Amino acid sequence: MYKVVERRMIVPNLHELVVEAPAVARSVQPGNFVIVRADENGERVPLSVADWDREAGTVTVIFMQVGASTAKLARLKAGGSIPTFAGPLGQETEIGAFGTVLCIGGCYGIGSVYPVARALKEKGNTVFALLEARSNFLLYWQDRFKEVADRVIEITRDGTKGYKGHLTRLSEILTLEGIKPDRIVVNGCTFQMMKVSEATRPMGIKTMVNMNPIMIDGTGMCGVCRLTVAGATKFACVDGPDFDGHEVDWKEFLNRRRTYNPEEVHPLRKSGCASHF
Amino acid sequence: MAGETRKSRQPMPKQEPYERVRNFDEVALGYTEEQALAEAGRCLDCKKPLCRDGCPVGIDIPGFIRCIAGGDFGSGIKVIKETNALPAVCGRVCPQEEQCEIKCVLGKKGEPVAIGRLERFLADYEAAEGKAESPALAVSNGRKIAIVGSGPAGITVANDMALLGYDVTIFEALHAAGGVLTYGIPEFRLPKAIVQREVEYVQSLGVKLLLDFIVGKTRTIESIQEEFDGIFVGAGAGLPWFMGIPGENLNGVYSANEYLTRCNLMKGFRFPAHDTPMKQPSRVLVFGGGNVAMDAARTALRLGAAESHIVYRRSREELPARAEEAENAEEEGVIFDYLTLPVRLIGNEQGWLTEVECLKMELGEPDASGRRKPVEIKDSSFLMKADAVIVAIGNSPNPLIPMTTPGLKVGKKGNIEVDEETGKTSRDGIWAGGDVVTGAATVISAMGAGRKAAKAMNETFFPK
Repeated sequence: MYKVVERRMIVPNLHELVVEAPAVARSVQPGNFVIVRADENGERVPLSVADWDREAGTVTVIFMQVGASTAKLARLKAGGSIPTFAGPLGQETEIGAFGTVLCIGGCYGIGSVYPVARALKEKGNTVFALLEARSNFLLYWQDRFKEVADRVIEITRDGTKGYKGHLTRLSEILTLEGIKPDRIVVNGCTFQMMKVSEATRPMGIKTMVNMNPIMIDGTGMCGVCRLTVAGATKFACVDGPDFDGHEVDWKEFLNRRRTYNPEEVHPLRKSGCASHF
Repeated sequence: MAGETRKSRQPMPKQEPYERVRNFDEVALGYTEEQALAEAGRCLDCKKPLCRDGCPVGIDIPGFIRCIAGGDFGSGIKVIKETNALPAVCGRVCPQEEQCEIKCVLGKKGEPVAIGRLERFLADYEAAEGKAESPALAVSNGRKIAIVGSGPAGITVANDMALLGYDVTIFEALHAAGGVLTYGIPEFRLPKAIVQREVEYVQSLGVKLLLDFIVGKTRTIESIQEEFDGIFVGAGAGLPWFMGIPGENLNGVYSANEYLTRCNLMKGFRFPAHDTPMKQPSRVLVFGGGNVAMDAARTALRLGAAESHIVYRRSREELPARAEEAENAEEEGVIFDYLTLPVRLIGNEQGWLTEVECLKMELGEPDASGRRKPVEIKDSSFLMKADAVIVAIGNSPNPLIPMTTPGLKVGKKGNIEVDEETGKTSRDGIWAGGDVVTGAATVISAMGAGRKAAKAMNETFFPK
């Protein structure tokens, strides 16, 4: 069993979970994910790692409550425990001396792109962080990003903080900010990663996305996480999860992500709890 | 009358087909005591028992059958456990018909002794009695052995090394032990409680088991080597193979690994009491003709599919599955489409599978495997409706260890290269066996590889 050190909702629907997992904490790198089960009947949910403390032996993930399994995780309390917190899995994000790197985070990806930004900065890159949310109250960790990035830029759908609108404005924002990135790293929901990849393709900027497909074992055995990259089938759990966003077959990926949408919320509907649907 | 008994074996009592397709309980119910006595009585107790040569782990087969015939079941199980830590598993899933039973002298004029069924009888007898006796452990020799993977190969090495006095730790990547016995083989063929019991038996020998530990990721082989005298890698199956035809990433297309893992390891058949969901397709096509394909097709029926097909490009003669498994599938109503080759999967606008384009085949000249090669019949293309396809054509070895262990020699298909007799890899102190070396194979061959490796490891540490 793995001890829950902390579990709190940092913004509506997004939770920060800190778990004592010394072996994972010792070897985790930016871009890795862990497989988490909330209880003995729980699904194996892949969650991107957002931070760690190697000495304390803890690992932090940020996750969004969407279905039954994440609802269980969202009910965890400090001092409680979970049966599985396995990892680190996947290839780490490539941390090179690229020059200027723009790290874009949205949703849970604000959390998982943070260690990427930190490592890129340590490597000597000029790092800009672009954080995206629907509204100002859904942004988080700006202070942390300020410590590792040369500039933190915000964009909200409703314009309550930073730029107003979608990341489809990326090209314009880069011009306004005077940023010429040599590389872009995006962590967030599939739709956001796809939109950013579309926006950067004409600019010819290498855009790495941290893919988030359905997984079961997460160790290269079941094959459910497959996606098409540059015309070939890849397995996100062992070949990724980072891929070149310009090479991903996004339509297929979005379809595959939706496979279990009805089942994801099915147990909630059946819970008999008045607050659910 | 006596002649008749000699000729034919005791039939295996089974759940009736119409009943069992609606549950996940074990299909074969096991011999009664009377049946076991009668079957054991058929054994000629040959002077030179050929059956024993056929067993990859060299079980003293006439020895345990003699015990059954004498009514001493307790001693019988002890005889098996001298060489086999997993009798309840082997008695159920070993292909005895091509190993021990094929060598049985009785088979020349009638049916061979049902060795597997008798092995299972003893294992189940011991479990029912509830007092498993362990063989004597050697005195601790102070050496530490790490084992990667708790499947059949890993468990065999753990058993053998523990008995020899080694301090053994198994690292398992998943949240439950047993490897393919747990995630792959369905409940109705191998109940998970039995796997659990066998794992607990090995633990009772002092073997430590660490779950959720992914060697290669959580810690590298090299870092583990600093703490252990020897490592055995039995990491098992890896990425599933697909046909390489258009449409295989459509929704509704599964690898057998995924489909079976959802059901067996994650208990998807109990959704939503268990959280992992499974779809309820009505027309399921399984590509492939091996045991895994049979498992998938039979699982689909139990999950409520109206039709479950085996789509196989050769004929019934060439089916790689055990005859018993194919018969079980036929009895349960699985439809066999022989000489049929899928060439394209077709989906709808939302990316869901709807149809499969297939070609009709005929058998031509024998190929390298000695089987007649299927050849396409011209203009024979036709469509089959399907809302699920399960691809069961095999898999490559698990990639994590080769990917993260520099200097470990790996073959073309990603398999770890070993010396066949000893299981020794290209790196000192590391042995390997099972599917990670051979690609998808049988439980017993993995156990056989584990047995050889354990012997070789021991001889390395304590040369004769």
